[in-house]
Amino acid sequence: MKKMKIGILAVVALIAIVTTAFTFPNLSKKEVVKTMPDGTELIGAGATFPYPLYSKMFDEYNKTTGVKVNYQSIGSGGGIKQLTSKTVDFGASDAFLSEEQLKAAPAPIVHVPTCLGAVVLTYNLPNNPKLKLTPDVIADIFLGKITKWNDAKVKAANPTITLPDLAVFIVHRSDGSGTTFCFTDYLCKVSTEWNTKVGKKTSVDWPAGLGAKGNEGVSGMVKQTPGAVGYVELIYAVQNKMQYGSVKNKSGAFVDASIKSVTSAANVTIPADARVSLTNTDASDGYPISSFTWILLYKDQNYDGRAMDKAKAATKLVWWMIHEGQKLAEPLNYAPLPAAAQKVAEANLKSINFGGKPLL
Amino acid sequence: MTTFQNLTSAKHIKRLKLSEALFTRGLKLSAITIVVIMIAVFLTLVVSSLPSIKSLGFKFLTTSEWDPVTSKFGALPFLFGTLITSLLALIISTPFSIAFGLLLGEYYPKGIFSQIFKNIIELLAGIPSVIYGFWGLFVLVPIIRTYEMKFGILPYGVGIFTSSLILALMIMPYSASLITQVISMTPANLKEAAYSLGATRFEVIKKLIIPYVSSGIFAGMLLALGRALGETMAVTMLIGNTHDIPKSLFGPGNTMASVIANEFTEAPDKVYVSALVEMGALLFVVTLIINILGKQIIKRF
Repeated sequence: MKKMKIGILAVVALIAIVTTAFTFPNLSKKEVVKTMPDGTELIGAGATFPYPLYSKMFDEYNKTTGVKVNYQSIGSGGGIKQLTSKTVDFGASDAFLSEEQLKAAPAPIVHVPTCLGAVVLTYNLPNNPKLKLTPDVIADIFLGKITKWNDAKVKAANPTITLPDLAVFIVHRSDGSGTTFCFTDYLCKVSTEWNTKVGKKTSVDWPAGLGAKGNEGVSGMVKQTPGAVGYVELIYAVQNKMQYGSVKNKSGAFVDASIKSVTSAANVTIPADARVSLTNTDASDGYPISSFTWILLYKDQNYDGRAMDKAKAATKLVWWMIHEGQKLAEPLNYAPLPAAAQKVAEANLKSINFGGKPLL
Repeated sequence: MTTFQNLTSAKHIKRLKLSEALFTRGLKLSAITIVVIMIAVFLTLVVSSLPSIKSLGFKFLTTSEWDPVTSKFGALPFLFGTLITSLLALIISTPFSIAFGLLLGEYYPKGIFSQIFKNIIELLAGIPSVIYGFWGLFVLVPIIRTYEMKFGILPYGVGIFTSSLILALMIMPYSASLITQVISMTPANLKEAAYSLGATRFEVIKKLIIPYVSSGIFAGMLLALGRALGETMAVTMLIGNTHDIPKSLFGPGNTMASVIANEFTEAPDKVYVSALVEMGALLFVVTLIINILGKQIIKRF
């Protein structure tokens, strides 16, 4: 009886193995046949922040042109690694490459900004007031110097709000992220103490507070803990209808983070290589904790015996992303590029060539 | 029907020998493959951590500052965090595991009651760790926070203690099922002999079963500890993720596995990545040392 059972099991297992082995190659063959006439399947990897927008863009692009784009949202660091080891057609990053990173890369790399994101400060206070936050207050909170919500500095910026005698409970990201980079980049610019003591990176040695994983971890912890304050992606805060503070920018205006004010943050002179930090922007109506996100491509696409068609397809895709693709940004709460940034992106994209021959 | 001649024919014997040889070779090959893969993993970890070993040396093990901005990487707080959460989890879970083992191995070895309990425990082992993490974050953390407020401790909610509690729950099934098995294997004639001498059930458990299965209990604890050392997701969600050596049992900290999971994807420079890989190698070595120590202790018993 037992032997029979084992026998049946063995037969079932055998059938399962045989059928899976035969059906999967068939499936992938069909897919290849479907995309091959257009000649291309592009592979990209990198930032997680623009992933929802990119996947929508690539889906639309596939519908209109038939080009299939496979984007792996493995994080900016991973995207840069994949690009420098030449295993992808394009990389994506929330932070531009530093001089050292550019030098370490095997060939010149071009930055193309695709859209903007912002970081907002969310908190858990009684009656959920809309706080006004000055750069000083933000830096002092995260340096651990402001320990009570009714601190004189917070009161001075919010005279109309009754602030409770509640301990400030700081929540930061525990995982390395572009959001942390953008936020610490801002703090470095507005506070010399932060700049010398902590610095900026995707992950830093926080002087105070607790770490939580991801936007959802930070917001979860803030929602649970009275007196908590944390920073999250604007999109995440909007989608989850969270209250966040308006921030005083360089021109002295308290600006609420919105698609419009984030796009406005990029209304500054943008350098030709598009490697610019927008935090603490000069734009008078811009939200000060905003940042571009970039697509990264090799300037000379003729490497590792790539076909010219593939290089052309990659540049065409990015061209589409910074033009037609931009209208997909707002419905998903991403801030589209302002005209000036779009011009720089165009110029950078046009500089990409294939062994000296222009591709666009 | 096979006849005797058929079975002893040279052809048949040859075939038998061949299949025997193939089977043995297959066994050896798979066993060696496992060992080779393990060594290869360790070598990969060591080779990839060379840049960090070169630039940091022993500071990696002796300092407690972890600052990616200035490329200072000291793994001491995380080594400490891993050991303390795992040991605490072991201490919390072991009494429950032994109680469970005695109940199902000695009192109710058969029947519906024991079947239901055994299945539930196995189910506990099958729950993905992210679910433990979520449950911990949304149920356990608020409860612990209210108690912390009552006792006047800083009400973080998350921290070393919370993580250890969840870890204890996660590793319990491993030691419990092993302990149940060894307890149920205590020879019946020994127990009967004890009863015939007038021993009570408690005396049998205390003086006969527990000493008899002590090495089995220890093996179960070791298995559970191994699981606790490497647990990542649930701990990351509950430990508070600070880069300092925990100041109190209820304070936040971090573990090696959790730091790797948190920072690896977005680590931009070479030494940073390499330091994280070195931490992986360190975790590997720590697990190895604990296992070897454990085996020695089991032998002594």
